[in-house]
Amino acid sequence: MRSPAAFRPPLRRRFGPWLWTTVTWVVTAVFFFPVLWMALTAFKTEADAYTTSPTVVFSPTLEQFRAVFAEGVGPYLGNSALAAGASTAVVLLLATPAAYALSIRPVRRWRDVLFFFLSTKMLPVVAAIIPVYLAARGLGALDSIGTLIVLYTAMNLPVAVWMLRSFFLEIPREVLEAARVDGATTRQEVMWVLLPMVAPGLAATALICVIFSWNEFFLALNLTSVRSATMPVFLVGFITSEGLYWARLAAAATLACLPVLLMGWLAQRQLARGLSMGAVK
Amino acid sequence: MAVGALPPAGPTATAGPLPARRPPRRAGWRRRWPLAPALLWLVVLTQLPFVFTVLFSFQSRNLLRPGAERWVGLANYANVFTDTVFRAALLTEIELTVLAVAIAMALGTALALLLDRRFPGRGVARTLLISPFLVMPAVAGLLWKTAMFDPVFGLVNVAASWAGVQGTDFTSRFPVASVVTVLVWQWTPFMMLIVLAGLRSQPADTLEAARVDGAGPWATFRWITLPYLRRYIELGVLLGVIHLVNTFDVIYMMTQGGPGTRTTNLPYYIYQRAFLGFDVGQSSALGVVTVAGTLVAAALALRLLFTAFTGVRAGDR
Amino acid sequence: MARPPLGRRTTGGAAALCALSLPAAGCGGFGGVGAGDGTTVSVAVVANPQMKDMEALTPYFERAHPDIRVRFVTLPENQARQKITESVATGGREFDVVMISNYETPLWARNGWLTDLQERAEHTPGYAPSDFIAPVRAALSYRGHLYSVPFYGESSFLMYRKDLFAARRLTMPRRPTWRQVASFAKALDDPGHGVAGICLRGAPGWGQVLAPLNTVINTFGGRWYDLRWNPQLTTPEVERAVRFYVSLVRRYGEPGAAGAGFTECATHYAQGKAAMWYDATSAAGVLEDPAGSKVVGRTGYVAAPVARKAWSGWLYSWSLGIPRAGRHQDAAWRFMSWATSRRYIELVGRRLGWSRLPPGSRYSTYALPRYRRIARSFAGPTLQGIRHADQQRPTVEPVPYTGVQFLDIPEFQDLGTRVSQQINAAISGQESVHTALAQSQRYARTVGRDQRRPEH
Repeated sequence: MRSPAAFRPPLRRRFGPWLWTTVTWVVTAVFFFPVLWMALTAFKTEADAYTTSPTVVFSPTLEQFRAVFAEGVGPYLGNSALAAGASTAVVLLLATPAAYALSIRPVRRWRDVLFFFLSTKMLPVVAAIIPVYLAARGLGALDSIGTLIVLYTAMNLPVAVWMLRSFFLEIPREVLEAARVDGATTRQEVMWVLLPMVAPGLAATALICVIFSWNEFFLALNLTSVRSATMPVFLVGFITSEGLYWARLAAAATLACLPVLLMGWLAQRQLARGLSMGAVK
Repeated sequence: MAVGALPPAGPTATAGPLPARRPPRRAGWRRRWPLAPALLWLVVLTQLPFVFTVLFSFQSRNLLRPGAERWVGLANYANVFTDTVFRAALLTEIELTVLAVAIAMALGTALALLLDRRFPGRGVARTLLISPFLVMPAVAGLLWKTAMFDPVFGLVNVAASWAGVQGTDFTSRFPVASVVTVLVWQWTPFMMLIVLAGLRSQPADTLEAARVDGAGPWATFRWITLPYLRRYIELGVLLGVIHLVNTFDVIYMMTQGGPGTRTTNLPYYIYQRAFLGFDVGQSSALGVVTVAGTLVAAALALRLLFTAFTGVRAGDR
Repeated sequence: MARPPLGRRTTGGAAALCALSLPAAGCGGFGGVGAGDGTTVSVAVVANPQMKDMEALTPYFERAHPDIRVRFVTLPENQARQKITESVATGGREFDVVMISNYETPLWARNGWLTDLQERAEHTPGYAPSDFIAPVRAALSYRGHLYSVPFYGESSFLMYRKDLFAARRLTMPRRPTWRQVASFAKALDDPGHGVAGICLRGAPGWGQVLAPLNTVINTFGGRWYDLRWNPQLTTPEVERAVRFYVSLVRRYGEPGAAGAGFTECATHYAQGKAAMWYDATSAAGVLEDPAGSKVVGRTGYVAAPVARKAWSGWLYSWSLGIPRAGRHQDAAWRFMSWATSRRYIELVGRRLGWSRLPPGSRYSTYALPRYRRIARSFAGPTLQGIRHADQQRPTVEPVPYTGVQFLDIPEFQDLGTRVSQQINAAISGQESVHTALAQSQRYARTVGRDQRRPEH
């Protein structure tokens, strides 16, 4: 169905593409609408937001964002940024050598190792949460960003290793051979040949990791409470629809989603690859 | 674009010129050390806790009754298998996952086909379409619960009232459908991206050949494109299942597992036993049973997935 | 006491964890930043209107105590309970002050999780613990010592729209029966105009739907357990009570009842969308506040409806306690003795309006002239409800537990939540009342068996 209309009789051929294009845009609008509505509502007053006849025309206000910041959303955003940023940095530090050891100069039984990395993604987190919680309590590391960083690193490592490996594998063999013929040491080879070539891959991997850890909810919910709570935890306060706070909720939700939306839009070329752990481009 | 998408099979196909014979011992360590930190990190943080989960599962241990821990053998497991809520949660788990993955995949494939044409604004449409997947799952739950499904002010109800239908409390009257709707909304873009990648890599000459042979669009899709996409669809389904069996955020934000326990899946049930019941023994046993089940399912799935990742070249040969 | 930026508890293993990941960024997270050189008191509270007021007025406290900063964690009731219990039970030190109730206080005091406040309360000048309303004070004590102090106290009563009743020539008796209430609800239910006959809680959570429902079960002659801890949830009395409640709210209740808790009902009724509302006496302040209510002065207040038992109102108090493990006991007490003092109550009146006083905690509140004027219609029924709520003998038949709308055993938090989910399923129409109670009975049997074990 590449271009479905291409195979049809002439009359249909003229209208077919337009029909499909229209269908595509209608479906796109339906899928995007909730996001758009959330963003619009964030700029409304509560009175405009809470009405049985939804208003599209209204005078935008920043009142809700001011209210959300007055409620102290700042530290939550900061914690989210810190947890996502720092864990991603650690992930890259650990995953790059690992991916190297699984592609360029593979260890023996590299298949088993890859298999193991992948299998950890399949273990349900809930099954490990109690020991993790009790350990964190015992170490006095509850409600600590450090704990989240350590755990988010573990959460994203398999994805990063798989993804980076797929980038390493793309490097043409000739390039490495040329470097070795020139007498480059392993270190030089890595620093001056490999890393520059996978830089786009590193960037893509970093974006994927940031997205996953920014959106993470379960661990943050159970392991943080006051000082280290992240953005999703802030939103728990909105679970009971206290009648008249939908616009404020929309503002908080928009703040929570915006960074990842922007990053995802920027990285969309690499998104499929990241989400499939490097299996598809 | 060539198939190149999927990584090649064995070390012989990798980039580096690799000595075929077994490396000497020291070289082995040189090769291994870059792997060690990552491996250690994962073992400590994902395997070790689970060992403790297994230990706790043989104990009677409640956080609200400190000091009353004792070993109870298999009692917790006996409770798990006689627990009707556990069985219901297991069914809900399967129901949610299967429905969400199947519908998202069907819609995602359709969307990928639509997007795989040239039309004005294709890039924009694609950008907009991936947005639901990027929305924080906790927000997705809240957003649908409040803005869409609210019995009085929700847009779905407003739309229904234009059609003359009275306000409905969707999340409590159709809880499973409500949760599945949100999951499908979030995961359709994911499926779309995977299938789209497949469509892009489809060799043009095959399609051309089909056209020359006089195959209609449906026949081409059914007999050429779909078989070609199979690998990608399998991959999408598997990755979708891996993520969706752990669905928690949407349920927590939207239905809290209710009404009753209608939308309580295994992760939510275990969470409740652990952090509302503070029943460490019971929830650990639940966790162990869940992991055992996941491992059986995963062993099958992983084999498939691994073929998808690494066995493609071998299959093409 | 000055606190280093990383927080004192970030020692040992935690520091190691941090060092592993990022040495410089600080483990406490952003919450730790900006604490300055004063003490930061972390307060976990439930997101009810009165607590929001406390949050809004806290700058007054901080101005008077420049060395103390207060940080609130405000969560919806179910989430707050979960988080607070988790933290206090496991000896967590996240919170210096926690909002609990007369359910948790005696249980947690017995476990040694709470700081004994008796001494501090008696020796704080002007605090006057003897001014606390007696049943409330007793409910927050363990072996005669206060372990938490009441922020506000409440019973339950029936609120009704006088104007709607008058328009239909209906008269509300001062002590109505549930049968009468049901017939009023039927007469006044008017979905066409968006007015429900009655607003009742339906949301899961033992503090949500089970609170009003338990008072109905009690007055219908039902009970959770007999004296030997045999569960009684499938007896005809309980089934009749639950069937009555569920069908009342399903037929004449508010839309979205399955998700409605206290705040949702408050919004609903205050917007004029319900003719009656059976809930906490503390709701009156919300309804008489012109800032958020469209029904000011149009509401009548009468005793909790009954069937077989003479009085059926509950006894409840949101109170403030200090976890034994808390780090800043003195600062914590200074804050909570301010938030539960007579001066604070007057401050609310002056700054936010006299209808918004946290009610039901102190006798002196009811002597404030400005409050008396506003509370004329509901002060009497409130105090009467609190006085007649009998925690010791809540049911018609004898029971082995205490507590009106809860059972004062540690397992109730879990049991109540699970039973409330079943009731919630019945209210949403996912399950029949019969099935819901049969399942609840199974939960209750397990708990009852544990209660009979010798170590309890």
